[in-house]
Amino acid sequence: MNKTVNPNELKPADDNAPLYAARKKVYPQSVSGTFRRIKWGLMAFCLGVYYLLPFVRWNRGLGAPSQAVLIDLPNSRFYFFFIELWPQEVYYFTGLLIVAAVALFLMNSIGGRIWCGYLCPQTVWTDLFYAVERLVEGDRRERMRKDKSSDPIKLERIYEIVLKHSIWLLIAWWTGGAWVLYFNDAPTLVKELVTFQAPMIAYVWIGILTASTYVLAGFMREQVCTYMCPWPRIQAALTDEWALNVTYRYDRGEKRTSVKKAAELRALGQQVGDCVDCYQCVAVCPTGIDIRNGPQLECIQCGLCIDACDNVMTKIGRPKRLIGYDNDINIQRRQEGKAPIYRIVRARTIVYSAIIAAVGGIMIYTLATRSLLDVNVLHDRNPVAVKLSDGSIRNAYTVRLLNKSGYDRVIAIDVEGPVNPTMHVVGVDSVTPDRPIIVVPRDSTSELRLLVTAPAENNPEKSIPVRFHVMDIGLGVAASATDNFVTP
Amino acid sequence: MTDHSEVDTVTGKSTTGHEWDGIKELNTPLPRWWVIAFYLTIVWAIGYWIVYPAWPLIASNTTGLFGYSSRADVAVELANLEKIRGDKMVALGAASLADIEKDPALLALARAKGKTVFGDNCAPCHGSGGAGAKGFPNLNDDDWLWGGTLDQIMQTIQYGARSGHAKTHEGQMLAFGKDGVLKGDEIVTVANYVRSLSGLSTRKGFDAAKGEKIFAENCVACHGDGGKGNQEMGAPNLTDKIWLYGSDEASLIETISQGRAGVMPAWEGRLDPATIKAMAVYVHSLGGGK
Repeated sequence: MNKTVNPNELKPADDNAPLYAARKKVYPQSVSGTFRRIKWGLMAFCLGVYYLLPFVRWNRGLGAPSQAVLIDLPNSRFYFFFIELWPQEVYYFTGLLIVAAVALFLMNSIGGRIWCGYLCPQTVWTDLFYAVERLVEGDRRERMRKDKSSDPIKLERIYEIVLKHSIWLLIAWWTGGAWVLYFNDAPTLVKELVTFQAPMIAYVWIGILTASTYVLAGFMREQVCTYMCPWPRIQAALTDEWALNVTYRYDRGEKRTSVKKAAELRALGQQVGDCVDCYQCVAVCPTGIDIRNGPQLECIQCGLCIDACDNVMTKIGRPKRLIGYDNDINIQRRQEGKAPIYRIVRARTIVYSAIIAAVGGIMIYTLATRSLLDVNVLHDRNPVAVKLSDGSIRNAYTVRLLNKSGYDRVIAIDVEGPVNPTMHVVGVDSVTPDRPIIVVPRDSTSELRLLVTAPAENNPEKSIPVRFHVMDIGLGVAASATDNFVTP
Repeated sequence: MTDHSEVDTVTGKSTTGHEWDGIKELNTPLPRWWVIAFYLTIVWAIGYWIVYPAWPLIASNTTGLFGYSSRADVAVELANLEKIRGDKMVALGAASLADIEKDPALLALARAKGKTVFGDNCAPCHGSGGAGAKGFPNLNDDDWLWGGTLDQIMQTIQYGARSGHAKTHEGQMLAFGKDGVLKGDEIVTVANYVRSLSGLSTRKGFDAAKGEKIFAENCVACHGDGGKGNQEMGAPNLTDKIWLYGSDEASLIETISQGRAGVMPAWEGRLDPATIKAMAVYVHSLGGGK
């Protein structure tokens, strides 16, 4: 079987095809097999997470929301199980985005467009919509026949079309509905939505997501991947010769011939390809391409053609995986009579894994050591310094105390920097001299106006670094912030 | 245009007959749904013109069909806003000045309200942060011409100084030079004496005893013994480090010979009582309050 096939011969002779071609509707055929099962499984998992996650409860104590995942926009809080993030900590999302991006790169360098083929929402919902279509209108041939038919439209056909779009709209509506549940207490919001008591914005977002799901998954389908999504272009630059892609093993498949002819030729001891030109791989493809033309932009690498081809190979008694996850290096090696090699551990995958580990590690570390008490200081700009009647200098600061814990804190403020400073918080009578004590309610911030006065003669410098220490006097937890003490 | 059209062999589409450098333009009209949407916007615009006030007439404009007016809408919005804020501002108006400072919620409201009103009304003279300027007091320091307690600050805001209001603060720095009360060298001497009161350097050969005598005869009546000032008359303390019109000799000579009479307008009647209260609390919280 080790005959050499020049890949250039595989290209179809359509170089003169026009640059513009109208869309040809794709009618993917149903298929069963390993990859179809993986796809069903991942679809069930992804949709399950998306639709059910808002209903998962998480006890955070009295007064705090008990939803596991909640984006609380009115109160500027983000809850993710045991993690509660404040607006000051949105940099965690930067880390999350970096990890997500590099994870995509890693997937790509190992197994090509795994994201596109199995996990992308566009793929998942389009797949679901195709399943509905198949259920209602029948498989590929039936759908093609019904669409082409010039017979007068029958009641049964109208019923089918209405049913299909109704189910699509139902799924789309529920998709939009699940989306808004991430932004408010889910059971309450569901009740409000049903009784038309929910805020207008909830209905608006449900409308937007219903429309986008219905249009993108029902009508745009593969066009989103080929025309709207930038990822196919980016991934082309990220993939390398070692990445496993859904590949037609032309070394084994060529020359294509019929089953009967292949058997005859084989009986004569001649070499023939395994591909019998049955076009099953094309029939099942959700983007309507022919994988035998080599890697191409439209291919989302969902692996359905592998299943289709395997089924045919089993029937005609040939080995499976004429189409499989492979790369050009191995095709080359097999043609040269060498054993194929698969290399997952490479410089590229090591670097990607290291980046994910590093960023993930930093995030976990900062989350674990995250302080539940914080202080931000802002120096008055106008005026920066005030001279008092006895000649001493006063600077005013806006101090924001952040209590991220679930209980009230009693906090003492100390200042370090200028010589002999006195401190006063507007609206607070200091019990301890020059050490104001403030109560900050749980899960909230307090903004204070803090006045620091120091004699000018002791502080000849124009600008002295000043450090504010805040301490929970009950627990000893401390935080500090620096600014400057300015002399006019 | 269709007269010139020909069918393109590759695409099977007709061309528009336009040709540039051998490249022919295909006739690809806009999608019908797009064109229909475009015409619908035109129809919509015409309807909008008629239904809403739009057409200018010579002295007025068309009023539309349903009496819609964006000005009326604004009035309603403002009334609603007043309603929303009503309770809080009423609470602010009802509370005493001292109680406002003790209540964190009221203090925050008063400071926020006071800050915006200060920016609109007071900043032109006192600066956006109340830092003042020559002749306009700095409200962040602890030197007060008419007193720096909450009540005194509120009184000054309400009635002003030399504002013409019946209850205004009155007080005058006389023009000793212009009015011929003191002669040139006497003014120089007393100016140096005043500088010495707050520990500033004095001119060489300056006669301290003579200065003290002139000061006792002319200035003590308002500025008090030793120049400590008198808030009843708005007479500044001359022994501290803060000088409204400058502490150098030339500025002092000008002050003594020409007199000073800065005006603070009265805000009663221009701002409502709750707002004035908020402003007093805000100014007090700037840091200079006694």
